[in-house]
Amino acid sequence: MTMTSKPRLMQGNEACVEGAIAAGMRFYAGYPITPSTEIAEIAAERLPKVGGKFIQMEDEIASMGAVIGASLAGLKAMTATSGPGFSLKQENIGFACLTEVPCVVVDVQRGGPSTGQPTLPAQGDVMQARWGTHGDHPIITLSPSYVREVFDMTIRAFNLSEKYRVPCILLMDEVVGHLRERVELPDPASIKIINRKRPDLSKIEYYNPYQDYDGDGIPPMVNFGEGVPYHVTGLIHDITGFPSTKPEVTEYLISRLMRKINDNLDEIIDYEKFYTEDSETVVVSFGSTARSVIRAVKILRREGQKVGMLRLKTIWPFPHKAIQELPPTTKNIIVAEMNFGQLIEVVGASAKGRFNVIGLNKYNGELISPDEVIAKVREVNKNA
Amino acid sequence: MRKSLEKYYRIDKLPHIWCPGCGHGIITGAVVRAIDNLKLDKDKICIVSGIGCSSRAPGYLNFNTLHTTHGRALAFATGIKLARPDLKVIVLTGDGDCTAIGGNHFIHACRRNIDITTVVFNNSIYGMTSGQYSPMTPLGAYATTAPYGNIDRNFDLCKLAQASGATYVARGTVYHVPQLIKIIEKALQHKGFSVVETLSICPTYFGRKNKLGSPVKMMEMLRDNSITVKAAEKMPREEMVNKIVIGEFFEENAPEYTEEYMKIIQRAQGEE
Amino acid sequence: MMEERVEIRLSGSGGQGLILAGIILAEAAILDGKNAVQSQSYGPEARGGASRAEVVISNDEIDYPKVTKPQVILALTNEALNKFKDNLAPDGIIIIDSSVKKADTPYKIVQLPIIETARDRIGRSMVANIVAVGVITALTKVVSREAVERAILKRVPKGTEELNKKALYAGYELVNQLT
Repeated sequence: MTMTSKPRLMQGNEACVEGAIAAGMRFYAGYPITPSTEIAEIAAERLPKVGGKFIQMEDEIASMGAVIGASLAGLKAMTATSGPGFSLKQENIGFACLTEVPCVVVDVQRGGPSTGQPTLPAQGDVMQARWGTHGDHPIITLSPSYVREVFDMTIRAFNLSEKYRVPCILLMDEVVGHLRERVELPDPASIKIINRKRPDLSKIEYYNPYQDYDGDGIPPMVNFGEGVPYHVTGLIHDITGFPSTKPEVTEYLISRLMRKINDNLDEIIDYEKFYTEDSETVVVSFGSTARSVIRAVKILRREGQKVGMLRLKTIWPFPHKAIQELPPTTKNIIVAEMNFGQLIEVVGASAKGRFNVIGLNKYNGELISPDEVIAKVREVNKNA
Repeated sequence: MRKSLEKYYRIDKLPHIWCPGCGHGIITGAVVRAIDNLKLDKDKICIVSGIGCSSRAPGYLNFNTLHTTHGRALAFATGIKLARPDLKVIVLTGDGDCTAIGGNHFIHACRRNIDITTVVFNNSIYGMTSGQYSPMTPLGAYATTAPYGNIDRNFDLCKLAQASGATYVARGTVYHVPQLIKIIEKALQHKGFSVVETLSICPTYFGRKNKLGSPVKMMEMLRDNSITVKAAEKMPREEMVNKIVIGEFFEENAPEYTEEYMKIIQRAQGEE
Repeated sequence: MMEERVEIRLSGSGGQGLILAGIILAEAAILDGKNAVQSQSYGPEARGGASRAEVVISNDEIDYPKVTKPQVILALTNEALNKFKDNLAPDGIIIIDSSVKKADTPYKIVQLPIIETARDRIGRSMVANIVAVGVITALTKVVSREAVERAILKRVPKGTEELNKKALYAGYELVNQLT
């Protein structure tokens, strides 16, 4: 991307709104909650300037509902929240998964459970982002580490959500949400925007809203009010959109929903490798924690330690390939996360006994520090 | 059914799932007739519902229809209306859906005065889950979860709507169909948030639990217990017990939400 | 005293404008062509309660964004001084307000009437944060005077520019009087 904007100091939450607007967001519904509130405040100011709509709903449940309604009516829509609000949104997130309504849900993670620590960082919503709503469902979750990356990843969240007709979770944390950082934004003309796939109604005799016309698992979408009436329900439905309890219809729908994601892992999954080529120990991390890991790896490399980092930008679907493709030199994987140990379960499953998988966990409201990563790597290397 | 009304239905989805004697088909028919009488553009109508017996109605209606989560129809409808103010948005909901799990969304939709018409199918019971009491079940009535009689005081939905800021409020019954159609027509023409509470009958659960007899008997009760708003004004309090007051309660012109938001857009863009 | 990475911690209580002061220092560093990040920590109170803002300035990419061993600490309350006084970089300095009671610390302490200057000389105690920015700029030269002035004009409410400039200059003067 070509840089055109002057360097400026921008907050992560602000970069989220700027990225969303660049991606085409024209509807935001939200409810105030620390540490995500700036996203709502900035959206309230910015959206009407571009002809978009902002509404502060009565709660998080309503916000999620309004976002789905607006998206069905044709606007790209987003909501942002934190822990308790993310819990409240879950039922309607499941509705969007099943009815395949594109939308972006930002969760600026704070300490939990319950009210927890509103002003302090955590990464305890990793599993909630995947399985927070009930039942089998597809979901995409991205996690940014830098303010500039918040901008880019919000655009990517919209693009993936629109392309695959699936809710996309932007899993931020208090550190990256509140951090102000020097950013240079790309020229808007250089930004790649993906819009939902539309049917060619001249070629379709009768539009079935959930028919896989193209064989890619993604039904083309008509917006409400475009002269093609159809039914949307949170019940299991057939290709016509109407409820069905037939086993074959149920199985087909659930497997198609999963397939549209699972067939496109290479496009959806993104990660960064840092000094992994010859490393004996690889630290897996994401979000703001990864910044501590990068610093630690730089310091340890200067000492000659064979350590690297795998930074997950896509959390869900989980990048199993990235784990499995680690070089033969790798013996240990340290999973650094600001929780009691969530992602480590998946990393462990992915490692299949090939690596020692060790957790570096912090759940006291503070970001894992580079010193803590360094100490853990030294401890692991000594024991190895 | 009149042939001219068939275009409003998804005939292939009939017969409906409602029990014999259920009043919900009458309300659905009244909504369709009101739309037809007003000659509204069919393609510009969105019908949104929540969960429950009432909320199955949109599936039989040939518009943009959205069957959402329990209690949340108004939240989804608010998103649609604000995104596309040119669409006519109608919410079909039940007494449990609207006033229990959806009660908060209901009062806030009233407060915003967003241009949505809400028709509440009030059968005084949770029918879909087979007969539990709702916030609209009368005191003393029986339900599967009120085996010794209901001690929860019930809402007066029309008073709730008016106090919360709705700008058109009326009540009808499935017995008084011509009046119901007229009320829904007025609600649809009203600019702002309009509420039509409609007393329906549930012979299967509410009727059976409370020994009210056949659907015909229940319809006769609606006929015999209903009085007009005017008559109610003159009636002594003690005679009002068990009476159903029907007609228009409230109508006013007030700033409508999506129109006000368009002014916000103009203000924000004028500043630049 | 410019190293590869300079860490600044501004501490005091909520409502003292420390976060804005941090934003101004970070913004000034960017105007100087450097990298900068600003973060904050605060309690549930909008006014009162412990508050701190942190700034990291570097010529390099900034990976870890938090302050661990600051070169500069500003403490506007006793509580803030006692909490942070023992954990600085080896050459670190602590700037405290004259209302703060000096405490034992291995680091250099510079005590100046920051709040009093804002209240009595400028006439608005709310600009104590900008006086402090002036003190930090003059004392440590982590950002240039030109950049800090531009950053203030960008970030303070319209109509208060002159007031804030006066506060900044008053901060410079407090440092001049030291030597």
